[in-house]
Amino acid sequence: MSKVKSLADLKRVREEALKKQEAKNTANKIQIVIGMGTVGIVAGARETLKAILDFIEKENLQDIAVRQTSNIGMDSWEPIVQVVVGDEPSVSYGKVSAEVAKKIMKEHVVDGNIVKEYVIETQ
Amino acid sequence: MKELALHLLDIAENSVAANAQNITISVLFNTEQDLLQLSIEDDGKGMDAERLQRITDPFVTSRTTRKVGLGIPLFKAAAESCNGSFDIQSALGQGTKVTAIFQESHIDRMPLGDLKSTLISLLIGYPDVHWVLKYGFNGNIFEFDDAPIKKELEGIALTEPGVLGFLNEYIASGITNTRSS
Repeated sequence: MSKVKSLADLKRVREEALKKQEAKNTANKIQIVIGMGTVGIVAGARETLKAILDFIEKENLQDIAVRQTSNIGMDSWEPIVQVVVGDEPSVSYGKVSAEVAKKIMKEHVVDGNIVKEYVIETQ
Repeated sequence: MKELALHLLDIAENSVAANAQNITISVLFNTEQDLLQLSIEDDGKGMDAERLQRITDPFVTSRTTRKVGLGIPLFKAAAESCNGSFDIQSALGQGTKVTAIFQESHIDRMPLGDLKSTLISLLIGYPDVHWVLKYGFNGNIFEFDDAPIKKELEGIALTEPGVLGFLNEYIASGITNTRSS
Protein backbone atom coordinates (compact mmCIF):
# COMPACT_ATOMS: atom_id res chain seq x y z
CA MET A 1 0.00 0.00 0.00
CA SER A 2 1.37 3.41 -0.89
CA LYS A 3 1.81 6.05 1.81
CA VAL A 4 -1.26 7.84 3.12
CA LYS A 5 -0.67 11.56 3.09
CA SER A 6 -4.00 13.30 3.10
CA LEU A 7 -7.44 12.96 4.62
CA ALA A 8 -8.78 11.88 1.24
CA ASP A 9 -6.34 8.95 1.20
CA LEU A 10 -7.84 7.74 4.46
CA LYS A 11 -10.95 6.67 2.52
CA ARG A 12 -8.82 4.18 0.67
CA VAL A 13 -7.33 2.87 3.92
CA ARG A 14 -10.85 2.47 5.25
CA GLU A 15 -12.06 0.50 2.25
CA GLU A 16 -9.06 -1.81 2.31
CA ALA A 17 -9.46 -2.38 6.05
CA LEU A 18 -13.14 -3.21 5.60
CA LYS A 19 -12.36 -5.75 2.88
CA LYS A 20 -9.79 -7.46 5.07
CA GLN A 21 -12.14 -7.52 8.05
CA GLU A 22 -14.82 -9.24 6.03
CA ALA A 23 -12.38 -11.94 5.00
CA LYS A 24 -11.16 -12.54 8.51
CA ASN A 25 -12.52 -14.65 11.34
CA THR A 26 -13.13 -12.12 14.11
CA ALA A 27 -13.03 -14.78 16.83
CA ASN A 28 -9.28 -14.25 17.00
CA LYS A 29 -9.48 -10.54 17.63
CA ILE A 30 -6.51 -9.29 19.63
CA GLN A 31 -6.66 -6.70 22.36
CA ILE A 32 -3.61 -5.06 23.92
CA VAL A 33 -3.89 -2.90 27.04
CA ILE A 34 -1.04 -0.81 28.39
CA GLY A 35 -0.80 0.89 31.80
CA MET A 36 -0.18 4.61 31.37
CA GLY A 37 -0.34 6.05 34.90
CA THR A 38 2.39 8.35 36.22
CA VAL A 39 4.54 5.42 37.30
CA GLY A 40 4.06 3.63 34.00
CA ILE A 41 5.00 6.77 32.06
CA VAL A 42 8.15 7.31 34.13
CA ALA A 43 9.05 3.64 33.63
CA GLY A 44 8.83 4.09 29.85
CA ALA A 45 5.27 3.04 28.95
CA ARG A 46 5.03 5.56 26.10
CA GLU A 47 8.07 4.03 24.40
CA THR A 48 6.58 0.57 24.96
CA LEU A 49 3.34 1.65 23.29
CA LYS A 50 5.30 3.28 20.46
CA ALA A 51 7.18 0.02 19.86
CA ILE A 52 3.85 -1.86 19.71
CA LEU A 53 2.34 0.62 17.23
CA ASP A 54 5.50 0.67 15.10
CA PHE A 55 5.35 -3.13 14.97
CA ILE A 56 1.69 -3.07 13.89
CA GLU A 57 2.51 -0.56 11.17
CA LYS A 58 5.66 -2.27 9.95
CA GLU A 59 4.19 -5.78 9.91
CA ASN A 60 0.86 -4.51 8.57
CA LEU A 61 -1.19 -6.27 11.27
CA GLN A 62 -4.95 -5.75 10.92
CA ASP A 63 -7.66 -5.56 13.53
CA ILE A 64 -5.65 -5.19 16.73
CA ALA A 65 -7.29 -3.10 19.44
CA VAL A 66 -4.83 -1.12 21.58
CA ARG A 67 -6.08 0.57 24.72
CA GLN A 68 -4.64 2.40 27.69
CA THR A 69 -5.49 2.16 31.32
CA SER A 70 -4.30 4.25 34.25
CA ASN A 71 -3.40 2.70 37.60
CA ILE A 72 -3.03 -1.04 37.58
CA GLY A 73 -1.59 -0.97 41.09
CA MET A 74 1.58 -2.98 40.54
CA ASP A 75 4.10 -0.16 40.34
CA SER A 76 7.26 -2.25 40.54
CA TRP A 77 6.22 -4.19 37.41
CA GLU A 78 5.69 -1.15 35.16
CA PRO A 79 5.48 -0.83 32.22
CA ILE A 80 2.69 -3.41 32.21
CA VAL A 81 1.10 -4.78 29.04
CA GLN A 82 -1.90 -7.09 28.87
CA VAL A 83 -2.60 -9.23 25.82
CA VAL A 84 -5.94 -10.89 25.08
CA VAL A 85 -6.24 -13.17 22.06
CA GLY A 86 -9.83 -14.03 21.16
CA ASP A 87 -11.49 -16.00 23.96
CA GLU A 88 -8.21 -17.05 25.57
CA PRO A 89 -7.46 -15.87 29.14
CA SER A 90 -5.68 -12.53 29.28
CA VAL A 91 -1.94 -12.54 29.87
CA SER A 92 -0.22 -9.72 31.80
CA TYR A 93 3.41 -8.92 31.15
CA GLY A 94 5.62 -6.84 33.44
CA LYS A 95 8.73 -4.69 32.91
CA VAL A 96 7.91 -4.46 29.23
CA SER A 97 10.58 -2.29 27.60
CA ALA A 98 10.32 -1.39 23.92
CA GLU A 99 12.52 -4.41 23.13
CA VAL A 100 10.38 -6.78 25.20
CA ALA A 101 7.26 -5.34 23.56
CA LYS A 102 8.61 -6.26 20.12
CA LYS A 103 9.31 -9.80 21.35
CA ILE A 104 5.75 -10.09 22.74
CA MET A 105 4.26 -8.78 19.49
CA LYS A 106 6.24 -11.26 17.41
CA GLU A 107 5.97 -14.34 19.61
CA HIS A 108 2.57 -13.95 21.29
CA VAL A 109 0.47 -11.73 19.02
CA VAL A 110 1.72 -13.09 15.69
CA ASP A 111 2.84 -16.64 16.51
CA GLY A 112 0.50 -17.35 19.43
CA ASN A 113 3.16 -18.38 21.97
CA ILE A 114 3.12 -16.72 25.40
CA VAL A 115 6.47 -15.16 26.33
CA LYS A 116 6.71 -16.87 29.72
CA GLU A 117 9.74 -15.04 31.13
CA TYR A 118 7.81 -11.73 31.38
CA VAL A 119 4.41 -13.02 32.51
CA ILE A 120 3.24 -11.65 35.87
CA GLU A 121 -0.29 -12.98 36.05
CA THR A 122 -2.68 -15.11 34.01
CA GLN A 123 -6.40 -14.80 34.55
CA MET B 1 10.45 12.62 33.92
CA LYS B 2 12.89 13.50 31.21
CA GLU B 3 10.61 15.25 28.74
CA LEU B 4 7.89 17.87 28.97
CA ALA B 5 5.92 15.74 26.49
CA LEU B 6 5.78 13.00 29.14
CA HIS B 7 4.31 15.47 31.63
CA LEU B 8 1.69 16.40 29.03
CA LEU B 9 0.83 12.72 28.60
CA ASP B 10 0.58 12.28 32.36
CA ILE B 11 -1.64 15.32 32.94
CA ALA B 12 -3.87 14.41 29.97
CA GLU B 13 -4.39 11.01 31.62
CA ASN B 14 -5.90 12.92 34.56
CA SER B 15 -8.32 14.60 32.15
CA VAL B 16 -9.37 11.21 30.80
CA ALA B 17 -9.83 9.92 34.36
CA ALA B 18 -12.09 12.95 34.98
CA ASN B 19 -14.37 11.68 32.17
CA ALA B 20 -13.52 14.52 29.77
CA GLN B 21 -15.02 14.28 26.27
CA ASN B 22 -12.93 17.09 24.78
CA ILE B 23 -9.27 17.60 25.61
CA THR B 24 -7.03 20.27 24.09
CA ILE B 25 -3.27 20.27 24.54
CA SER B 26 -1.39 23.46 23.70
CA VAL B 27 2.36 23.86 23.23
CA LEU B 28 3.24 27.46 22.48
CA PHE B 29 6.80 28.64 21.94
CA ASN B 30 7.49 32.35 22.02
CA THR B 31 11.23 32.74 21.60
CA GLU B 32 10.99 36.55 21.36
CA GLN B 33 9.64 36.66 24.91
CA ASP B 34 11.70 33.60 25.86
CA LEU B 35 8.62 31.65 26.95
CA LEU B 36 7.24 28.18 26.50
CA GLN B 37 3.64 27.73 27.58
CA LEU B 38 2.07 24.29 27.97
CA SER B 39 -1.57 23.73 28.79
CA ILE B 40 -4.12 20.94 28.98
CA GLU B 41 -7.76 21.96 28.96
CA ASP B 42 -10.63 19.54 29.46
CA ASP B 43 -14.37 19.45 30.01
CA GLY B 44 -14.22 16.72 32.64
CA LYS B 45 -15.83 16.68 36.04
CA GLY B 46 -13.56 19.39 37.50
CA MET B 47 -12.78 20.08 41.13
CA ASP B 48 -14.30 22.20 43.86
CA ALA B 49 -12.34 25.09 45.42
CA GLU B 50 -11.21 23.10 48.41
CA ARG B 51 -9.80 20.25 46.36
CA LEU B 52 -8.25 22.63 43.87
CA GLN B 53 -6.34 24.30 46.68
CA ARG B 54 -4.82 20.98 47.75
CA ILE B 55 -4.23 19.45 44.32
CA THR B 56 -0.55 20.35 44.10
CA ASP B 57 0.11 18.50 47.35
CA PRO B 58 1.61 15.08 46.50
CA PHE B 59 -0.49 13.46 49.22
CA VAL B 60 -3.69 14.33 47.40
CA THR B 61 -4.87 11.90 44.75
CA SER B 62 -8.14 10.56 43.39
CA ARG B 63 -6.62 7.14 42.80
CA THR B 64 -7.64 4.20 44.93
CA THR B 65 -4.62 1.98 44.38
CA ARG B 66 -2.15 4.17 46.27
CA LYS B 67 -2.35 7.21 48.50
CA VAL B 68 0.03 9.57 46.72
CA GLY B 69 -0.26 11.28 43.34
CA LEU B 70 2.85 12.86 41.90
CA GLY B 71 1.83 13.96 38.42
CA ILE B 72 0.75 17.53 39.15
CA PRO B 73 3.38 18.32 41.83
CA LEU B 74 6.14 17.12 39.46
CA PHE B 75 4.86 19.25 36.59
CA LYS B 76 4.57 22.28 38.89
CA ALA B 77 8.11 21.79 40.20
CA ALA B 78 9.43 21.51 36.64
CA ALA B 79 7.94 24.89 35.69
CA GLU B 80 8.92 26.65 38.89
CA SER B 81 12.52 25.48 38.66
CA CYS B 82 12.73 27.22 35.25
CA ASN B 83 11.79 30.70 36.36
CA GLY B 84 8.24 29.90 35.28
CA SER B 85 4.80 29.57 36.77
CA PHE B 86 2.04 27.05 37.22
CA ASP B 87 -1.70 27.48 37.38
CA ILE B 88 -4.82 25.31 37.58
CA GLN B 89 -8.29 26.63 36.91
CA SER B 90 -11.15 24.29 37.64
CA ALA B 91 -14.83 24.26 38.49
CA LEU B 92 -17.03 21.32 39.41
CA GLY B 93 -18.90 20.04 36.37
CA GLN B 94 -17.13 22.38 33.98
CA GLY B 95 -13.63 21.07 33.54
CA THR B 96 -10.04 21.87 34.33
CA LYS B 97 -7.25 23.84 32.69
CA VAL B 98 -3.67 23.23 33.74
CA THR B 99 -1.08 25.75 32.52
CA ALA B 100 2.68 25.66 33.00
CA ILE B 101 4.94 28.42 31.76
CA PHE B 102 8.69 28.00 31.38
CA GLN B 103 11.54 30.34 30.61
CA GLU B 104 12.28 28.82 27.23
CA SER B 105 16.05 29.23 27.40
CA HIS B 106 16.40 28.22 31.06
CA ILE B 107 19.31 25.85 31.60
CA ASP B 108 17.11 23.49 33.64
CA ARG B 109 14.22 23.43 31.19
CA MET B 110 13.60 19.87 30.10
CA PRO B 111 13.41 19.33 26.35
CA LEU B 112 9.90 19.15 24.96
CA GLY B 113 10.72 15.63 23.78
CA ASP B 114 8.61 13.38 21.64
CA LEU B 115 5.33 15.29 21.42
CA LYS B 116 4.17 13.18 18.47
CA SER B 117 4.39 9.94 20.49
CA THR B 118 2.55 11.57 23.38
CA LEU B 119 -0.29 12.62 21.08
CA ILE B 120 -0.49 9.28 19.27
CA SER B 121 -0.52 7.41 22.62
CA LEU B 122 -3.54 9.44 23.68
CA LEU B 123 -5.35 9.19 20.34
CA ILE B 124 -4.96 5.43 20.22
CA GLY B 125 -5.46 4.82 23.93
CA TYR B 126 -8.65 6.83 24.26
CA PRO B 127 -10.41 6.85 20.89
CA ASP B 128 -13.70 8.05 22.41
CA VAL B 129 -12.18 11.36 23.48
CA HIS B 130 -12.07 14.29 21.05
CA TRP B 131 -8.39 15.36 20.96
CA VAL B 132 -6.96 18.66 19.77
CA LEU B 133 -3.29 19.66 19.74
CA LYS B 134 -2.24 23.26 19.16
CA TYR B 135 1.44 23.61 18.47
CA GLY B 136 2.63 27.17 18.07
CA PHE B 137 5.99 28.65 17.29
CA ASN B 138 6.25 32.45 17.40
CA GLY B 139 2.71 32.89 16.13
CA ASN B 140 2.66 30.08 13.54
CA ILE B 141 0.12 27.51 14.64
CA PHE B 142 -0.29 23.86 13.69
CA GLU B 143 -3.67 22.64 14.88
CA PHE B 144 -4.33 18.93 14.91
CA ASP B 145 -7.94 17.92 15.42
CA ASP B 146 -8.82 14.23 15.37
CA ALA B 147 -12.54 14.74 14.63
CA PRO B 148 -12.26 15.03 10.80
CA ILE B 149 -9.93 12.03 10.71
CA LYS B 150 -12.32 9.85 12.70
CA LYS B 151 -15.20 11.05 10.55
CA GLU B 152 -13.32 10.01 7.41
CA LEU B 153 -12.54 6.60 8.89
CA GLU B 154 -16.16 5.93 9.92
CA GLY B 155 -15.38 3.45 12.67
CA ILE B 156 -12.18 1.94 11.30
CA ALA B 157 -9.69 1.85 14.19
CA LEU B 158 -6.80 4.29 14.40
CA THR B 159 -4.56 1.25 14.89
CA GLU B 160 -4.97 0.20 11.25
CA PRO B 161 -1.40 0.18 9.87
CA GLY B 162 -2.24 2.66 7.11
CA VAL B 163 -3.83 5.05 9.59
CA LEU B 164 -0.84 4.84 11.95
CA GLY B 165 1.42 5.74 9.05
CA PHE B 166 -0.78 8.70 8.19
CA LEU B 167 -0.86 9.98 11.80
CA ASN B 168 2.91 9.71 12.18
CA GLU B 169 3.61 11.60 9.02
CA TYR B 170 0.86 14.20 9.41
CA ILE B 171 1.81 15.17 12.97
CA ALA B 172 5.56 15.13 12.35
CA SER B 173 5.32 17.35 9.27
CA GLY B 174 2.83 19.68 10.99
CA ILE B 175 5.29 20.29 13.82
CA THR B 176 8.34 20.61 11.55
CA ASN B 177 6.61 23.04 9.18
CA THR B 178 5.43 25.23 12.05
CA ARG B 179 8.96 25.58 13.36
CA SER B 180 10.57 26.25 10.00
CA SER B 181 8.09 28.59 8.31
